[in-house]
Amino acid sequence: MQALRIDNLQKSFGALSVLKGVDLTVNNGETVAVIGRSGSGKSTMLRCINGLEPFNSGSIEVVGHRLDGTNKRLRDLRKEVGMVFQSYNLFPHLTVSENIKLAPRVVKNVPRAEQDALVQEVLTKVGLREKADSYPDELSGGQQQRAAIARSLAMKPKVMLFDEVTSALDPELTGEVLKTIAELAKTGMTMILVTHEMGFARRVASHTVFMHEGRAWEAGPSEEIFTNPQTPELRAFIASDVK
Amino acid sequence: MAYSMDFAPVIARAPDLVSGAINTVVLSAEAIAIGLTIGLCVAIARFSGPNWCRFLGACYVEGFRNTPLLVQLFLIYFGLPYTGIKLDADQAAIFAVSLNLGAYSTEIFRAGLVAIPKTQIQAGLALGMSHIQVMRYVVLIPALRIIYPALTGQLTLTLLGTSIVSAISAKELTMAGATIESQSFRSLETFLVVAAIYICITFAFRFVYWLIGLWLFRRKTPTGSATAGLMLDMQETRS
Amino acid sequence: MIQSYGWPSVQFLIQGLWWTVGLSLVTFVCGGVLGLIFALGRSLGPRWLRLLIAGYIQLVQATPLLILLFLAFYGLSFLGFFFPPFAAAAISLTLYTTAFLADIWRGCIEAIPKAQWEASDSLALTGGQTLRYVILPQALRIALGPTVGFMVQVVKNTSVTALIGFVELTRAGQLLNNMTFQPFHVFLTVALMYFALCYPLSLWSEKLKEQKSASLAH
Repeated sequence: MQALRIDNLQKSFGALSVLKGVDLTVNNGETVAVIGRSGSGKSTMLRCINGLEPFNSGSIEVVGHRLDGTNKRLRDLRKEVGMVFQSYNLFPHLTVSENIKLAPRVVKNVPRAEQDALVQEVLTKVGLREKADSYPDELSGGQQQRAAIARSLAMKPKVMLFDEVTSALDPELTGEVLKTIAELAKTGMTMILVTHEMGFARRVASHTVFMHEGRAWEAGPSEEIFTNPQTPELRAFIASDVK
Repeated sequence: MAYSMDFAPVIARAPDLVSGAINTVVLSAEAIAIGLTIGLCVAIARFSGPNWCRFLGACYVEGFRNTPLLVQLFLIYFGLPYTGIKLDADQAAIFAVSLNLGAYSTEIFRAGLVAIPKTQIQAGLALGMSHIQVMRYVVLIPALRIIYPALTGQLTLTLLGTSIVSAISAKELTMAGATIESQSFRSLETFLVVAAIYICITFAFRFVYWLIGLWLFRRKTPTGSATAGLMLDMQETRS
Repeated sequence: MIQSYGWPSVQFLIQGLWWTVGLSLVTFVCGGVLGLIFALGRSLGPRWLRLLIAGYIQLVQATPLLILLFLAFYGLSFLGFFFPPFAAAAISLTLYTTAFLADIWRGCIEAIPKAQWEASDSLALTGGQTLRYVILPQALRIALGPTVGFMVQVVKNTSVTALIGFVELTRAGQLLNNMTFQPFHVFLTVALMYFALCYPLSLWSEKLKEQKSASLAH
């Protein structure tokens, strides 16, 4: 079963063409890492998938919802597609548990009685149960990012999108977030993660996509991509990361 | 010849002063309620409305912020009947003060909306919330928190500004004072007492703003490990 | 006698406009000098002085300008001084402006980081030299936008003096209205004249604030 299908996706900011025809397919249960230089269009593609970024042409179909760049009914899609941001974007005036409860309460009308169990469930998954009543500014960056992951999980998404979620973190805090994502991958969650952590992509992602000049330049099982790159561009990119 | 103060004629008119003070409080509260509603609507229109909406909003805001309240009051009370709209003094007073506050609060609200990072709005949308839900649950409280000092400062200016409507003999505290002054000829005493009442009302309003702020921006006491540990210790000693 | 509304009426209003400008300037200059002294005393003076000035600012900011004006005009004349309307207007507006400018400028002085004082100390500058060469030049940059913004308030505040009979622009409008019975035309013209005076100041103030935030961003 396909969770995501992108056909010939094109997007430009004014005269600057960022996506020049991206084709990509992701099956249910796969973890797909998207790698590439900055400016290659990775994040833009990810943001198109849940409609945060409108696009010019092409089509995206994600868990049965079709986006054609004009779709007004994005909310149904967003209920089933979770997103975690580079800058966490927790709501600063709410505690961790209130951050988690908000969308299930106002978007999905989850009954009050079930909300607390939901909070416990997702906080256990990210290992933050003891921080339920803390405010975001009382947490470290790594804890904030795990709380943001828990907030997304509480919507019971079918697909999770991760947008460079460790880029704003100190190296020592990166590990705890990556560990959380790796455990999530084991549960069979469909995930697409834009990342700079090549080692992590290789270990955790079942598939890897190399974005270059606005296209999905090379894609395949992670092991093959990293051990046997076909294109000179990918070879150069992997080599530049090793040094 | 030394002037000897005599507050007795002023104190004798205490009931008039009290009812004047009540009128001032009521007028201010009404103007604040109407003015903030206007301000919020125009701010949202200027933030996310079509171009003509933004232009009209800008004309309103700049027009009212760059002319004196007293002239706005005269224009509404004396000038509007010329166009067929007749208001009595009290109505004209509320109308003028509300429109004046509306213009100032528009700019304050707008500053709050602009100050919230776009990424917060995107995070709300990504969770499936509607634009209205994002405004209500994600933007409102943090934005209010940023603008709260400026907003309450403006509300104090509005409260004190209501004294100006005595110019069209609308019923409020300054008018009550002016009446007492003209009958008792105890000008200094009268206006000292009136000033003291205004100061009391102002501090009472500020106290209410402070309470509202505490409630709006409340944070639960941190249930950190220190507190939890202490409670555990106490339970153990008890058992 | 009813006059019709025409060019002589506008000329009459322009006469009033000059008095508005004059009163604004007097108020701003006097309030500015006193305000600066109060701001320095409030942020750098001994404890008793700080409390005294803080109390003054609190009381004035909790009293309507109109009541201050009445106190100066009616009240003090009973104490044996006679104040002509212009003097009563200038004195009460100055007291009022002083309180607000002192408050604004105190904030600007205190916004300069403590490290700047320490750095100046370590260079053996005296307190006065630190103020003159280090603190005030920086505080001035922050203060410029809000100060120009407050000038708009000063101009508008002068309209209140119409209520003690000082013939500035608003009072001129009232008088003209009594002669012409054309309130809509008269007060609209008056409003436009205030706008012509205030709007450029508002724009300037916005520009200064933008420049400041732009320079902070870099």
